[in-house]
Amino acid sequence: MPRILFLAPLALFAIVAAYLAVGLTRDARILPSALIDKPAPQFDLKALKDGDPGFSTADLKGDVILVNIFASWCVPCRAEHPLLMRLAQDKTIKIYGLNWKDRKKDAIAWLNELGDPYDLIGHDLSGRAGIEWGVYGVPETYLIDRDGRIRYKKVGPMVEETLTNEILPLIQELTQ
Amino acid sequence: MIAEIGHFSLILALVVALVQAIVPLVGAHRGDGAWMATAAPTALVQLLLIATSFGCLMYAFVTSDFTVMNVAQNSNTLQPMLYKVSSTWGNHEGSMVLWVLILAVFGAMVAAFGGNLPPSLKARVLSVQAMIGVGFLLFILLTSNPFERVVPPPLDGRDLNPLLQDPGLAFHPPMLYIGYVGFSMAFSFAIAALIEGKVDAAWARWVRPWTLVAWSFLTAGISLGAWWAYYELGWGGWWYWDPVENASFMPWLVGTALLHSSIIVEKRDALKTWTILLAILTFSLSLIGTFLVRSGVLTSVHAFATDPERGVFILLLLVIAIGGSLALYAWRAPILKGGGLFAPISREGALVLNNLLLTTAAATVFIGTLYPLFLEAVGGGKVSVGPPFFNATFVPLMIPLIIALGVGPMLGWKRGDLKGALSRLKFAFIATIVITFIAAYISWGRSVFGVLGLSLAGWLATAVILEFASRIGLGRAGSGDVLRRMAGLPRGAWGMTLAHLGFAITVAGASGASLWQDEVIQLLRPGETLSVVDYDFTLRSVDSVKGPNYTAQRATFTVRQNGEVITTLAPERRRYIVQGTETTEAALYTQWYADIYVVIGQSDGNGAWTVRLYFKPLVPWLWAGSLLMVFGGFVSLSDRRLRIGAPSKRLAAPEAKAPTAQPAE
Amino acid sequence: MTHDSPPLRSRAATRKRRRLYAVLSGAVMLAIAAVLVLTAFEDSIVFFYSPTDLAEKQAGRDPVKPDQLLRVGGLVEEDSVKTAADGVTKLFTVTDLKNTLRVSFKGILPDLFREGQGIVSSGSLGPDGIFVATEVLAKHDETYMPPEVADALKRAGEWKGDEEKEKTQ
Repeated sequence: MPRILFLAPLALFAIVAAYLAVGLTRDARILPSALIDKPAPQFDLKALKDGDPGFSTADLKGDVILVNIFASWCVPCRAEHPLLMRLAQDKTIKIYGLNWKDRKKDAIAWLNELGDPYDLIGHDLSGRAGIEWGVYGVPETYLIDRDGRIRYKKVGPMVEETLTNEILPLIQELTQ
Repeated sequence: MIAEIGHFSLILALVVALVQAIVPLVGAHRGDGAWMATAAPTALVQLLLIATSFGCLMYAFVTSDFTVMNVAQNSNTLQPMLYKVSSTWGNHEGSMVLWVLILAVFGAMVAAFGGNLPPSLKARVLSVQAMIGVGFLLFILLTSNPFERVVPPPLDGRDLNPLLQDPGLAFHPPMLYIGYVGFSMAFSFAIAALIEGKVDAAWARWVRPWTLVAWSFLTAGISLGAWWAYYELGWGGWWYWDPVENASFMPWLVGTALLHSSIIVEKRDALKTWTILLAILTFSLSLIGTFLVRSGVLTSVHAFATDPERGVFILLLLVIAIGGSLALYAWRAPILKGGGLFAPISREGALVLNNLLLTTAAATVFIGTLYPLFLEAVGGGKVSVGPPFFNATFVPLMIPLIIALGVGPMLGWKRGDLKGALSRLKFAFIATIVITFIAAYISWGRSVFGVLGLSLAGWLATAVILEFASRIGLGRAGSGDVLRRMAGLPRGAWGMTLAHLGFAITVAGASGASLWQDEVIQLLRPGETLSVVDYDFTLRSVDSVKGPNYTAQRATFTVRQNGEVITTLAPERRRYIVQGTETTEAALYTQWYADIYVVIGQSDGNGAWTVRLYFKPLVPWLWAGSLLMVFGGFVSLSDRRLRIGAPSKRLAAPEAKAPTAQPAE
Repeated sequence: MTHDSPPLRSRAATRKRRRLYAVLSGAVMLAIAAVLVLTAFEDSIVFFYSPTDLAEKQAGRDPVKPDQLLRVGGLVEEDSVKTAADGVTKLFTVTDLKNTLRVSFKGILPDLFREGQGIVSSGSLGPDGIFVATEVLAKHDETYMPPEVADALKRAGEWKGDEEKEKTQ
């Protein structure tokens, strides 16, 4: 049989692999958010703790701000929480929280247990504000510049390396 | 501490796997016996290490150690013990550890029982096996560490996905993985054979038992998954042509082809390069299946929570494993010498037809599954390819397969007598016509596919029985002689008959549902009665009940058939406390020819409940048929000829008699 | 039988012929498969539309045929789920936050179905503009949105331009 026939399976696989690769790159979750470098979306949320001020788009103007989407039922959130606490203690940056698809009672208990690094917390029970932000799941973290534009998005929990290699340098750059 | 031991064992296993991948291969190349001999002990050590690691992970789940993130995300203290255990593999990370554990078990089995393998072949097989292990261990350690800690630990876990809290699904993944991973053996043997440049009957005899094991488990795993979908998803469907289902079905189709083509290599020394290709393809499809489920490139109702980083890693693995092996194939396969000749009409010819149809069917499933991805890659919009596509492509390919399957085993090797075979199948023709008329009469105008399916099933079942009868000389010899022949029949022949009969029954089951299925949906108050076919369901009450980690509304129905009470059914609508999700638990009553199936839906708030009743004819046959196929696989496996490491001295006396009992040979 | 021991040359010839058979039968099989696949693609591919896509498609030159199978997806609008007079047909509205689509479904809604949740549904568009669903799917994992829905929402969001955001709550 001609040798070329034995190459056919390899050639076919190469085509399939190429498509799989394209399929992967089209995955919305590794593309940067469609909102990158665009103004933060419009939303208006009530505060998590009754009596506190709410959290809306207007709060994102004028300062470099870290927005963190979290939920008490999310285990990776718990893992990244100490990093947020450290950022808050060092007063590195203002941290605003968006509590996503969570019960008030649970979220408050969670913050009482682990500490509250947030300067403002919006309560998004229905997940509607999360949709405006393009949230796929929790946790997610965004950096907002002084003009209220989204400059960075991290899907999944922050770890030490993301913080030192990506987030902290960018904060420095934006605050200068 | 335990989790760290588990993590450390995995890292050690990676090191050992690296040694096992390199040293024996170099040894086999140089002809160095000592180097080759490292393969077996390293394979055993690797099993020990991975088993330790898996044990540690399971320990963390059983003891609800929420300092481990994986446990906190997928388990809960309230879960019954069965689901604490099954949570170990009910998540991405844990299921990958199970995957490599099974891989290591297979490797260790070759190491321990492969004493009759030529040392160089054994060394190379174990080396290839270890290479796969290296890839997957790296994948686990770099992207999916199951032992990651969470500080501070939560008080309780997130619970296992409620849909997975089901006995059927607890055992579905292990079965499926034994199937998937089992095909790695055929793959490793194929790669080793390509390196050696030699494929012969002995090679086929070593490959066949592994393929049989993998095939039997994969069959069981797929059926278990279908069974779960049938009663747990609450729609009464058992196969949706969902990408994840297709991912397990493609290796099954090609694996079935491999199972049959390796017979030709063994008996007739022909079709070698094809069989090698099938062995590579079967495992490649298993790998692609893993990729589809975990990378998020395809949408599916039951995909794992996905992570693109993992997708990139798996794609890289695929390219190395599949691309590498196919390149090796293109380079080395042409030197393999073809063997025995055969006429188109012969047992070999029938098996070739079986192979062509099965691989073509797998190709259509492959295209249908990946087409949405292809179209999106070229910017053609979002589409889905559903059951209509597969009914129009897959089903027509099964029709000639079933027809030929009835005739094939009647044909002789090398050159068959088609006329003779057909005349021996006279009774099968008559039976088929009768069944067709009955089915068409009962179901007039409802489903052409269903009638066709039933008559094909009838044809196959009678043909299989006739073939078996002629093998044991029924009608020709005295009853004592028949019994003696039955006892003397090789287990392989028994296995074939059982598996083919099981297939016929499965086909009948699959067709039945489309023929006479009936359903009603209505609001019902306690005390009211709803009927489907000749069953009357009286809703007695709806009560609140409490399970270990859920609360539920349980409806109680009294079911009467033609006025006689036959059973009480209690479907539930459960609300799992931790995740706040609801599941429907259908209630089923099985009779030999049908299932009756009841689901309870939402309440209207005024004391009435949405109730859905189904009459599902022949569905129980699906499970019975699959079970028979699996049983047939294991019976074949017990054939003395295939027994792994059977000492050759035992082959001499009893084995010599067996072939004479086979009139077809 | 002479067939068993033919002279060398004719044995080679038989081998060649056998290969020819094998290649030919493979080719025939591939051709059959290609025909089956192509004809099946013709009428069994199901396109996915967001409510906005569908509205545009209906306003355009090539609206969907009455019984054409399609899939739609979006969020179940808050307070939109109603039960029809028969007690078992559910009516609800699916939104991508720009356009909405009315959906009717006779059956038991999936376990994860709830208002505000992303769903994907297949069925066909009725003459009255109500989507008659034969199947309603909600993602098993409630923390993630079905990718089609997420994508549709994102596109609807980007096309909104300077328009005032709809407040559906």
